Amino acid sequence: MNVEFKNINKHFGPVHANADINLFIKSGSIFGILGENGAGKSTLMKILSGFNQPDSGEILLDNKSVKIASPADAIKYGIGMLHQDPLDFPPMKLIENFIVGQKGGLVPAYKTVVKEFQELQKKFGFSLDPESFVDTLTVGERQQLEILRLLWMGANALILDEPTTGISAMQKEKLFAALKILSEQGKTIIFVSHKLEDVEILCSKVAILRKGVLTGEMSAPFDSDKLVEMMFGKVIKLGEKYNFTQEEVVLELNNLTIEQYPLRIENVNFQLRAGEVIGLAGMEGSGQDILLRACVGLIRPVSGKVIEKGINLSNKNYLEYLKSGVSFLPASRLEEGLVPGLTLAEHFTIAGEEKKGLFVNKDYFKKKAESMIQEYRIIGRPDLNVESLSGGNQQRAALSLLRNSLSVILLEHPTRGLDIESAIYMWGKLKERCRQGASIFFISGDLEEILQYSDRILVFFSGHVSPPLDASKTTLDQLGQLIGGKGWDQVFD
Amino acid sequence: MNKTKTQSFSLFFQLGGLLLSLLFVSGILLIVKAHPTEAYKLIWDGAIGNPTRIANVFVGWVPLLLVTSGLLATFTAGLWNIGIEGQITVGAIFTTGVMRMFLGTSTPFFVVIIIAILAGMLGGAIWAGLVGVLKTFGGVNEIFGGLGLNFIATALNIGLIFGAWSRPGIASMSGTEPFPDQYWLPTLQNFRVSLWSIGLGIIGLFLIYFMLNGTHFGLRLKAVGKGMKSAFRMGIPTWQHMMMAFIICGLFAGLAGALQVTAVYHRLIPSISSGYGFMGLMIAMLINYQAIWVAPIALFFAALNIGGIQLPIVLKLDSSLTGVLQGSLVLFMMIAQGLRQKFLGKK
Repeated sequence: MNVEFKNINKHFGPVHANADINLFIKSGSIFGILGENGAGKSTLMKILSGFNQPDSGEILLDNKSVKIASPADAIKYGIGMLHQDPLDFPPMKLIENFIVGQKGGLVPAYKTVVKEFQELQKKFGFSLDPESFVDTLTVGERQQLEILRLLWMGANALILDEPTTGISAMQKEKLFAALKILSEQGKTIIFVSHKLEDVEILCSKVAILRKGVLTGEMSAPFDSDKLVEMMFGKVIKLGEKYNFTQEEVVLELNNLTIEQYPLRIENVNFQLRAGEVIGLAGMEGSGQDILLRACVGLIRPVSGKVIEKGINLSNKNYLEYLKSGVSFLPASRLEEGLVPGLTLAEHFTIAGEEKKGLFVNKDYFKKKAESMIQEYRIIGRPDLNVESLSGGNQQRAALSLLRNSLSVILLEHPTRGLDIESAIYMWGKLKERCRQGASIFFISGDLEEILQYSDRILVFFSGHVSPPLDASKTTLDQLGQLIGGKGWDQVFD
Repeated sequence: MNKTKTQSFSLFFQLGGLLLSLLFVSGILLIVKAHPTEAYKLIWDGAIGNPTRIANVFVGWVPLLLVTSGLLATFTAGLWNIGIEGQITVGAIFTTGVMRMFLGTSTPFFVVIIIAILAGMLGGAIWAGLVGVLKTFGGVNEIFGGLGLNFIATALNIGLIFGAWSRPGIASMSGTEPFPDQYWLPTLQNFRVSLWSIGLGIIGLFLIYFMLNGTHFGLRLKAVGKGMKSAFRMGIPTWQHMMMAFIICGLFAGLAGALQVTAVYHRLIPSISSGYGFMGLMIAMLINYQAIWVAPIALFFAALNIGGIQLPIVLKLDSSLTGVLQGSLVLFMMIAQGLRQKFLGKK
């Protein structure tokens, strides 16, 4: 199906999110939409998938002008969108999720659907268990489910919004292979991303958006420097590496054994030094999230100790860890990080350590929010509810809320959803804290990020934790092998 | 769309909701062959026709004020305190119990009244705290826990009225032996309304308003209600805050019950909570949990209650018709709110 945008305009208040966009996407191609956070990629795709209506302009499918009034409308036209956060029903079985969008019939033809599901997933080499519950799946598996569901419902064009955030390298490979099969079948794939690397290996053509404007299109093979220039208006290089590690040990894991079905991590011994940054590398679900949560009292260890600045906190709860200066920023921003329905200023009021009288000093926290908005380059206002910020800005807000007095900061995908420039800026902020003596433990699916910002690296592979690696002596290749479970004997003997 | 236009649009939807509920009730009136305008006029006259009636409206206003204020605390924390009826009842029971203990002693009357009212608040808080304990430590949803405790409270109340506290010689639905009038909370001369109650109701509302809109505690409560996991992650002890919300609501409900005993009925009666708890839930939903609207809407509901008394007397209609009007009002207003959000995007 050919997809064409004609003079699409969309405003959100004063923001011109899409300015006169004209784009033609050929049937059977994998078409990339590239741009930094807030460039207008998601807006354009939401218009195509019926979530938003354009202020003006039209959409043509196979040269026919259509009006897509709702997501249900979109799927009727054969357009399916895979969202950044999967829109599924976690407490339900996978197959129930699969059936739920189906039209017609009082009683779902359960057996037939299971069969169809199995056949469909075989084509793409997925191995999902239709009887398992969605909340036991990883983000990558939920994505696979969603793709299958959209195809099954008759999608001819698939929109994928930042599909590679939050999935493991192996799942990414599977995803890309599946997308290639689909394009060969003549389906149109629209791949929205801010990751150059993904776009370069996958797409045959890309369009670049910047601040709501289409700045250019390019066909493969791509010139990376030029793409970056079109995205940002200038060329960006990763900064110098800094190491602020001091002698003092701030967090010590002593023969720590933790268990969370189906993983068991045994006998972890580790010392985190002041000012140090430790990257936790591994495929998603290899145990790094469990270890991180055990370091902050969200999971009780089976045995062993967590010692913070000489104090044994092993069986204390999260709030006591927080009191002693350990904080945790989880990956799911609006579920565990920020409170939807509360304004930015209210967030600073709650998270702040100062002015804790009976009454809220609203002026003070409004000013504080204003200054943090400036400092962390958040696009928003103190009186805006957090859920109305864009994903990248929510992440910035979450990072800006971390207290100043923290001695250990645990981060889950700290720059997920941020473009390169913002990610560099955020790490600048984090490293500044390290210089003042704070230590960081962070999980990332981005190996380059781990190599660039960590001082030492712990590699996870199905519940095994490696001894610490010196980041400056580790290569990308080596790390990639290790998280895939290869080469452990050579490195750690 | 500019701001004033949005506001007038919202008003349009609200008025639409009001109109629809009036139409709905008119339809019902027509079905039972009564004349709608006549019925509405009766309710109106019944509520403000003479000073006694106006005073009676304020008698009903006080418990609604208190109960709705209390419920704002639990709603803010994201909790459905269905158990509010039981909390009013237990408050009334505690108050009656304390009064009975002091009857015939030499303790000054006003001291007895104060202790009795405090005991009532304690009773309400205990009953609400139980809902919280069941939720936190027993994993019982507050709606089920509250509902169960409502039944227990009612049974306890009836048991006392017909058993341990029954009037000498007779046990009747009219309640326990009335207290001597020295033990009554003073009312205006010739009227049933007590300025003390009204004062307490207004103070209660102010306290809740400032707690929710100005204090750190109120903000934390809001955070717990809007996103429990995130709130916990930001360092808020969540179950403790929910427990506090229950206890605060229980204090208010208990006070309402205590005032029903000391200022209105001067004894314990079987239906001491008079459905004020459920009505408070309706008001809270109707005003979309905005403390600023509690006073006028509670007054309106109280007026409907008192005005509705005229319906059986004059038109031979059941007075529960005002309940239908109140219920449909909430329903249609919520529909209107839903439609408004649909057409105007978010509030």
